[in-house]
Amino acid sequence: MINVLKFVALDILKNKIVIAYAVMLALFSWSAFSLEENEAKGLLTVLNIVLLTVPLVSVLFSTIYVYNSSEFIELLVSHPVKRSKIWIALFIGLSAAMSLAYIIGTGIPLLLFADFATAMMMIVSGCMLSMIFVAIAFLCSILARDKAKGIGISIMLWLYFALLFDALVLFLFFQFSEYPIEKMVVGLSALSPIDMTRILILLRMDVSAMLGHTGAIFKNYFGTNWGLIFSFGLMLVWILVPFLISLKKFVNRDL
Amino acid sequence: MMMRIWNNILFLFFLILVTSQFSFARILEVGQDKQFKSILAALDSSMDGDTFRIYKGVYTEGNISIDKSIIIIGIDRPVLDGKIEDEIFSVKASNVTIKGLEFRNCGRQVMKDPAAIKVYGQSHVIIEDNVFHDNYFGIYLQHSEHCLIKNNIIEASQKRESQSGNGIHCFRSDSLQIIGNQVFGHRDGIYFEFVTETLIWRNVAHDNLRYGLHFMFSHSNAYIANYFKNNGAGVAVMYTKRVTMIANTFEDSWGDGSYGVLFKELSDCYLSGNTFINNTTGIFFDGTNRITMERNTIKGNGWGVRLQANCLDNKFIDNNFMGNTFDITTNGTLVENFFDGNYWDKYEGYDLDKDQKGDVPYHPLSLYAVIVEKNPPAMLLYRSFMITLLDKSEKILPSLTPENFVDNRPRMIPHKL
Repeated sequence: MINVLKFVALDILKNKIVIAYAVMLALFSWSAFSLEENEAKGLLTVLNIVLLTVPLVSVLFSTIYVYNSSEFIELLVSHPVKRSKIWIALFIGLSAAMSLAYIIGTGIPLLLFADFATAMMMIVSGCMLSMIFVAIAFLCSILARDKAKGIGISIMLWLYFALLFDALVLFLFFQFSEYPIEKMVVGLSALSPIDMTRILILLRMDVSAMLGHTGAIFKNYFGTNWGLIFSFGLMLVWILVPFLISLKKFVNRDL
Repeated sequence: MMMRIWNNILFLFFLILVTSQFSFARILEVGQDKQFKSILAALDSSMDGDTFRIYKGVYTEGNISIDKSIIIIGIDRPVLDGKIEDEIFSVKASNVTIKGLEFRNCGRQVMKDPAAIKVYGQSHVIIEDNVFHDNYFGIYLQHSEHCLIKNNIIEASQKRESQSGNGIHCFRSDSLQIIGNQVFGHRDGIYFEFVTETLIWRNVAHDNLRYGLHFMFSHSNAYIANYFKNNGAGVAVMYTKRVTMIANTFEDSWGDGSYGVLFKELSDCYLSGNTFINNTTGIFFDGTNRITMERNTIKGNGWGVRLQANCLDNKFIDNNFMGNTFDITTNGTLVENFFDGNYWDKYEGYDLDKDQKGDVPYHPLSLYAVIVEKNPPAMLLYRSFMITLLDKSEKILPSLTPENFVDNRPRMIPHKL
């Protein structure tokens, strides 16, 4: 498995897109912090990068990468290597590359400009988000044999999590505004990893507002140490479930 | 004729002789090895105008009723302990000065409201440089005038509101000066009811159980350079006219029912140079009329200003709104208030003629603020891309937010305050 991982890692490192991704993140983050007059507004820009760009690039690049390496995978399968190890190595290689690009591009300026706790929160949740969307990409690429279809599904999923989900939640709020739905809302947020990341970071950034009426409920759930452990646990579930489904399908698949 | 002049001179001489005997103020020393062993004993043999010098020691004499115009000075801060039974000083004479003492553990009865020092309808009482520990009420003035409360440290450590009174409590008084006191751990830091024409200057009230400052029906008072921080429910002021607040700081009032300042039914007030920082709600206006708010800093609050729809003719001029989650919200559509020349850090317009006023009017009320006001759980979606999109489109074409909620000349750079 180590050898396969080495191949994959070398191949991704040679891929210019990951480097371009890291450079783009760095450009955005550095300019966000140096152009805005206060740190809070810089953080806001970086937050948007974390919530939109990171999932999009992770899911698209990984889907395309998996499709493009189908010949390499077939070659490996003909060797005496366990199928599951190939798939796991591919996943670890890709998520490590995406996380590394994020840490280099956004993590460094965050550590320099933002306060340490907020920066760490953003770095860790950004890496988790990268891995989640790599896992989703694996699922997409195993679901459809056709490359165009697979990429289509992955873009749709990104669109759903980044935009449509929030619109649906807002719609629900207005439909059920007569009922005490605060607690249900907390459960709802677990259904989208992007939302969960956003709330975790919000609890650091907008502390004052979050202590208001509903904010207090979120703070009670997510703001405590147990809440933090619980939400990171949920994010792990978001990584593992799509990946394990794809792994099972890959192992049983007739290539 | 001559006889009459001599008579007058004699009479005058006699008068001087008689009065000088009364006005000849004495110094009475109280202490372990002094002339008087207890304050009560000294009081018995004192006259108006005497000075008490109380030396170091612990005096547990129960209630001491001061019914003569005397000056009481503590040397090396003697301690008066009420043993959680009695009111310590009951001031029942005018022109009393109390200075340099320490008061501890006055009684705690809800019916009688005992205080470390309670002034009963007197004038020109001076309470200066004293220390108060764990009293029910610290300083309590009722029906009093022209009193000075200066540089006292008033502290309590009771945990429940019912066990704790107010630090400085004034009722139906006039022309007081409250200067440079520190109050913490009490129920309300400073509490006024029917107090008029009073100056509150350079006081600090922090970590009180309920309000840092709380007043009602207290007209024409001035609050200057006071500091309120981390009080249970912030600061709440109600039913009052003509309040002036200058250069005060309101900080760290966190929680749903907690406000930097809550203005309820206030009118004709003037606020300038105040700082509202890191509160859940900076200022809450409820039924306020004709308030002028200029050159204040509203920074890092969850809600900078919450302006209820029942507020009329308030003016917001040249303030700095920076780093608030929501700068301003309201709960209605009719807006009869006026905004001009404020700095909003969320403003994205341009300034072609370089007069430092933005050329595009700014609508400080965001659509999302309106949504959250109507539907608080929507707070969950804050800063999501969807919401940002909605907000941006609303800024360009206001449809749901009131159109006259607008600052026509927003500042491009913050005011230097």
